[in-house]
Amino acid sequence: MRNYKNVIAAYSIMIFLIILVGIFQSWSIALTILNYCLISAVMTIGANIQWGYAGLINFGIMGYTALGGLAVVLVSVEPVKKAWQVGGLNILACIWIIVAIIFVVKFILNRFDKSKLRNYSVASVILGGIILLRVIAAPGIEAIESVDPAKTGFLGGMGLPVLFSWIVGALLAGSLAFVIGKIALGLRADYLAIATLLIAEIIVSIIKHEEWLARGVKNVIGLKRPAPYEIDLQTSEWFINLVTKFNSSKLNLINSISDKQEALNQMVIDASSVYVKLCFTGLFLTVVIILLIVTQKALYSPWGRKMRAIRDNEEAASAMGKNIVKEHLLIFILGSAIVGLAGAMMVTNDGLFTPGSYRPMRYTFVIWVMVIVGGTGNNFGAILGGFVVWFLWVEAAPIALFLINLFTSHLPETNAVRVHLIESAPYFRFLVIGIGLLLIMRYRPQGIIPEKIIKQ
Amino acid sequence: MMDFLNAIIVLFNFTVIPALAYGSQLALGAIFVTLIYAVLRFANFATGDMMSFGTMFAVILTYYFQSLGFGLGVLPTALLTIPFAILMMILYMLIIDKFVFSYYRIKKSPPVQFAMVSVGVMFVTQALIRIIIGPSDRRFLDGEKFIIKATEFKEMTGLAEGITLKSTQAITIIVTLIVVSIMFWFLNKTKTGTSMRAYSDNEDLALLSGIDPKRVVLITWVIAGILATIGGVLYGLDKSYRPFVYFNNMLPIFAAAIVGGIGNPFGAFLGGYVIAFAEIFVTYAYKRFISYLLPEHLEPDSLLQLLSTDYKFAVSFSILVIVLLIRPSGIFKGKVI
Repeated sequence: MRNYKNVIAAYSIMIFLIILVGIFQSWSIALTILNYCLISAVMTIGANIQWGYAGLINFGIMGYTALGGLAVVLVSVEPVKKAWQVGGLNILACIWIIVAIIFVVKFILNRFDKSKLRNYSVASVILGGIILLRVIAAPGIEAIESVDPAKTGFLGGMGLPVLFSWIVGALLAGSLAFVIGKIALGLRADYLAIATLLIAEIIVSIIKHEEWLARGVKNVIGLKRPAPYEIDLQTSEWFINLVTKFNSSKLNLINSISDKQEALNQMVIDASSVYVKLCFTGLFLTVVIILLIVTQKALYSPWGRKMRAIRDNEEAASAMGKNIVKEHLLIFILGSAIVGLAGAMMVTNDGLFTPGSYRPMRYTFVIWVMVIVGGTGNNFGAILGGFVVWFLWVEAAPIALFLINLFTSHLPETNAVRVHLIESAPYFRFLVIGIGLLLIMRYRPQGIIPEKIIKQ
Repeated sequence: MMDFLNAIIVLFNFTVIPALAYGSQLALGAIFVTLIYAVLRFANFATGDMMSFGTMFAVILTYYFQSLGFGLGVLPTALLTIPFAILMMILYMLIIDKFVFSYYRIKKSPPVQFAMVSVGVMFVTQALIRIIIGPSDRRFLDGEKFIIKATEFKEMTGLAEGITLKSTQAITIIVTLIVVSIMFWFLNKTKTGTSMRAYSDNEDLALLSGIDPKRVVLITWVIAGILATIGGVLYGLDKSYRPFVYFNNMLPIFAAAIVGGIGNPFGAFLGGYVIAFAEIFVTYAYKRFISYLLPEHLEPDSLLQLLSTDYKFAVSFSILVIVLLIRPSGIFKGKVI
């Protein structure tokens, strides 16, 4: 029971901190932080499955996040009919050619013995395929990108509800993980880290530069939402009545009618943004809770014990007849799919897809810090890590600014050191995260909430 | 004949010279990665930011020297500041080693843990750089910009195409060759270098034969500091100094180190050039080159580019992935230092 007390205490402190932000800054900011904490929590659950359960080091989280985001665009945006007419055929032909190349290469690899001739023929098939692809795709891509380039210039999506894209995001990320896992999982731990880091970079650069797919660095804005829009709320009767009811005591203090109306308008605007964020919070919380229940069940099932056995001693597990390669691949796919889901959730929350913003610092290393700080191998720990690290990441700058002002208050306003420090306040977040990680690694390597093994 | 010469010169000017310069910068970084991997046995994810850290001092000192009026005339002032920057860099590395890495070395932690610790160091280093100098783009090149200008070359030879040789490119190649040859001489011929190789090959045997591990680690960081700072400054002189870019450069540097066989300094040296040449050859548009070789009516319409320059990094990563799959020990057998 003592262990649970730790968990409850840690989470209460976290909730308390977010409430403090709500009181001191604003409820809207507090809810934004909470939503991002929840998204981070989903990512850390994914990373924790790979690292905590199976000991696989995956530095490619950024790639899966971006792919999940891409899924939102591909699923929810209305199709651009004109673009399909001018270039859709070429793109479809290219997809078939890629499939054909894969099958031919597979056929050659299966059918013939290992030889120099086989290597050369595989290489020539791939090279010839790429040249053929470029020849066929080039006119199509050019035509698609010239269809109203300021607004569309891409194929668009399927026009389905946005929540459906969360599943598609997970599926896309999972299938990519299948390919990468097939290729890279045999590598040694640190090689795997580097290989996944680089593969993620390739994925993001493809998404960035293939503008026919999702507008690349030109971004897609105004994505669908699973929640109501602020502007609709502000004009709907029931919402205004609700706000009036909640704030009736405050409104009663104001005497003049015009002032009252103005105050009410302001309250409605504030409340509408809080309401939308609350809707997202509800959705995200549902996802986190479902994932938490499933992963907890899995962790303490025979399958979870098998994974831990493989993690702790591969050779012994292999001697017991466990198929390590298969299990590693499975867990690699599962973890990546969850990260893809988180990527889709994040893009839905933002309402825009900006491939240029995917950087390994923010989307790979910070997530890893979350897992390690929270507690590897423990889902409650990983989620807490997501909360703590994201909170620090956001709040480090305001806190640093406050401290700088406090310590340099005896200096004049124009003092060069003071001005420089105030300007660089946003960068203190890196310092806080880095030192936090180093301290945790050194003094509490198992994380804030360590893994606990239930003896069955 | 004239056309053939022109074609060669086009290729030389737009691919070989830039690739040699870029390759040298990567090679210095790759040797840094590989040395740390061979002696201290971990993949250092703070590589790019450590190079950036050393360069930062060079940039600040260059500005300071310029304000004092010091300079080297036609050569960039930054060359004068390199020794001081190296000293600061080594100091920083030793402090990091003392407070961070040495603990895990004594505990003999697994390499994955080291890698995570180096991620922590990466965060801290990045924060320090941004707090000290800020994230903006800085140029600190002064002195003569070109050694050969295209127009002068055309006048000299009477060809239609010219060669441009920037002074930074020449400095990069020359300095790299000097530094790398001194380093190889040190590793292969001196007693300290031999003891480092012994320590890398087999730690226990090296300890048994009386090699002082502390000294080996110290020398490794000193060499690493020299390589990181010089590599970073050369890159900054050639392009410009932007902290963010250095983090991205870590990726091709890793690719170079692994392609060359991680732990093998000579492999890393060549790996740098392999990556640089591959990146530039695959993304270069061959239209001008081919149009000199073919008769006029056969001139190609398209740019004849295999991949657009947007995929520059993707090329090096693909090479790395292929090498990892086919020959994980690298082209030149790794782990021998």
